[in-house]
Amino acid sequence: MNFDLSDEQKMLADQARTMLSELSTPDRIRHLIDSGAEWDEPLWRQLADMGFLGAAIPESAGGLGMTELDLGVISEELGRANASLPFFSSIVLAAEAIRLAGSEAQQQAWLPRLASGEIVACFAYAEGPGGWSDSAIKAEFAGGKLTGTKTPVADAGIAQLAVVLCRSGGQQALALVELDQGEVTREKRQSFDELRAHYALHFAGAKAELLGDGGADAGAVIAELFDRAAVQAAFEQVGAAHACLDMARNYAMDRQIFGRSLASFQAIKHKLADLAVAVELARSNAYFAAWAAGEAPAELSAAAAAARLTGLRAFEMGARENLQVHGGIGYTFEGNCHFYYRRERTLAVSLGSRQYWADRLLASVPASDGKAA
Amino acid sequence: MDFNETAEEAAFRAEAAAWLAEHAPRHVLPEGVRLDDAEEAQRGRAWQRELYDGGYAGITLPKALGGRGGTAIEAVVFAEEEDKYNLPRGPYVKIGLGMALPVIAKHGSPEQIAQFVEKTLKGELTWCQLFSEPSAGSDLANLRTRAVREGDEWVVNGQKVWSSWAHLTDWGILVARSDPSLPKHKGLTFFVVKMDSPGVEVRPIRQISGASDFNETFLTDVRIPDAQRIGKVGDGWACCMTVLMGERLGTAAHAGAVEGIIHLAAATPSHEGTAYDDGAVRMRLAEALAEQRAEAHFNARLRTMVSRGEDPGAMAGMGKLSFASRNQKMFGLAFELRGLDSLAPSPDDAVMLDAHYEYIWSTVWRIAGGADEVLRNQISERVLGMPGEIRADKNVPFNQL
Repeated sequence: MNFDLSDEQKMLADQARTMLSELSTPDRIRHLIDSGAEWDEPLWRQLADMGFLGAAIPESAGGLGMTELDLGVISEELGRANASLPFFSSIVLAAEAIRLAGSEAQQQAWLPRLASGEIVACFAYAEGPGGWSDSAIKAEFAGGKLTGTKTPVADAGIAQLAVVLCRSGGQQALALVELDQGEVTREKRQSFDELRAHYALHFAGAKAELLGDGGADAGAVIAELFDRAAVQAAFEQVGAAHACLDMARNYAMDRQIFGRSLASFQAIKHKLADLAVAVELARSNAYFAAWAAGEAPAELSAAAAAARLTGLRAFEMGARENLQVHGGIGYTFEGNCHFYYRRERTLAVSLGSRQYWADRLLASVPASDGKAA
Repeated sequence: MDFNETAEEAAFRAEAAAWLAEHAPRHVLPEGVRLDDAEEAQRGRAWQRELYDGGYAGITLPKALGGRGGTAIEAVVFAEEEDKYNLPRGPYVKIGLGMALPVIAKHGSPEQIAQFVEKTLKGELTWCQLFSEPSAGSDLANLRTRAVREGDEWVVNGQKVWSSWAHLTDWGILVARSDPSLPKHKGLTFFVVKMDSPGVEVRPIRQISGASDFNETFLTDVRIPDAQRIGKVGDGWACCMTVLMGERLGTAAHAGAVEGIIHLAAATPSHEGTAYDDGAVRMRLAEALAEQRAEAHFNARLRTMVSRGEDPGAMAGMGKLSFASRNQKMFGLAFELRGLDSLAPSPDDAVMLDAHYEYIWSTVWRIAGGADEVLRNQISERVLGMPGEIRADKNVPFNQL
């Protein structure tokens, strides 16, 4: 048994952290918001050059063929930096969907271009307040055409390709749609997260193709895709929660109040101790879930759900209490707490909110111990 | 990272399981029967002797000291297999193995090691802990029990409290103040004391659970030979730290309580179905279960650190801090699930009657072995590097406080 990252993974984390701390600074992030940018494109090129985009894409499809845990290390650092990048949309969801469900030809056509960063893909699953429950999905694929509206879709403004959860012959299916065509309209929505743009995508008989042979029900693939993506979301939450902890701790150490350091007050110490525990617990679940994704598939579903619940709790506490420790400064644009405060809600509801993961986790426990109660 | 066992670990697990299958069943405590304390402690000694004869006593203790010389992971694997049986493993053996042995092995003389270690491993000697006092709990170094040297002996006077099983154990590990003119952490000295020494009086404390397994121990002119001093005069605090580190790591592994509450919810009728159908109930259970699993994986990370010789320091308290509150909330939830019936359940409702006991007992976990608030101070100061508490008594001689 060995429950730690390898030396190579620690180096990967250092490499990613150093690069992101130099390039994705708070000044840079504020500039992106002020200029209405939808992403940090130069940073995306850097990630591509370092091989991060293709980390978990198979070598045969232009990637590095690394593990979910390696990808998790990168996700954690992206979360820590609160980077404005379509990594979760394009790599964690869309590329993974193509890898899991795509035909050999589809994989060869798209994965190398996603791994190199040449194109960006988005993943369109929800349809308004009904989310992506079976009854909510109305987008219809028939005869090579897709019709319907998906919303909200993250990063759809910069994407050339969409993987779309739709219906085909009454069953759930995943379709590939190139977005640069007249039958697709992108309607920008007001996004709560200022570092991740969201769109409504309208398809009016857009040219599309199903992933894979289109014969099988996509339900099983979708469940696996969501579990795998959930692990990466949990790593992003862990990294971001840890960043909040560090920010709050450092601010409290510098800030003098009532003649002493703010960090010397037990109310602050205990708050941050609780946050530190939440972060380490969340990290432990994320590690196990990433390991299970590669080595113990039967445990992935419950492990991913547990990682989401503890990741959500750690980042929720981190985003809120970091701003609280900063006091009035936390409410200013220059205080930098708001990036995390907004991103936290994005991650909290992406792929399903708390109740969804609670149900998935509880499904792994037999409701009875076999004894008469 | 590999959560699977290595071939060696799997082989050790198989070997341990086979040995336990052969030797454990006749030591198993009867289900649903509370034994008399003396009887349980006696059975604890017998099981410890069985472990010793089988080569499984003191798994991480060096062979030279009579242990197995195994790894931290092997100790965990053995404990997991051993936990499958309801064996007499209470404080009457655990304090000796988890506290007395580490401090004697680290700070004791060769003569003391020869005198105590093997007999403790064999279950021939059992131990209690004489640390806390009425005004020295979380602030242990505030203790007032005095040890005054007279020739080759020390004369000890004072009052100790929370001494689990002191009424049935052979020896106690004791910390006392040998020099009140020094600041409070510096004037302490560590001893081992025979519990049948003249002047040692153990009085049971009536606890909120109704049981009396903790005690007050009064020490009146107790004469302790200097040969029973552990470490140097004035080194008592360092000895205490050795003991408390063992206590912290020893409380790191907890069995799953949340699954039991899930079963209770699923067996409790509510509206058309059961209490387990309720969304709010499911959320509380799922969050607790996610945290419980995280704690198990977190403990695995700590074990990896320990097995590499790294010191997890105050991180070791994180698991207990999480567990203690969660455990209290879960058994509290059991009452809400069962509603009014939980207040006075049917005599054959063993699950709810057990929850009565556990909800009371859960308060102990939040206080003993580092209270929640002490652990939060330690984590913020030693893990996060935040400032220490303001100490009015720092560097002040104890007798001027």
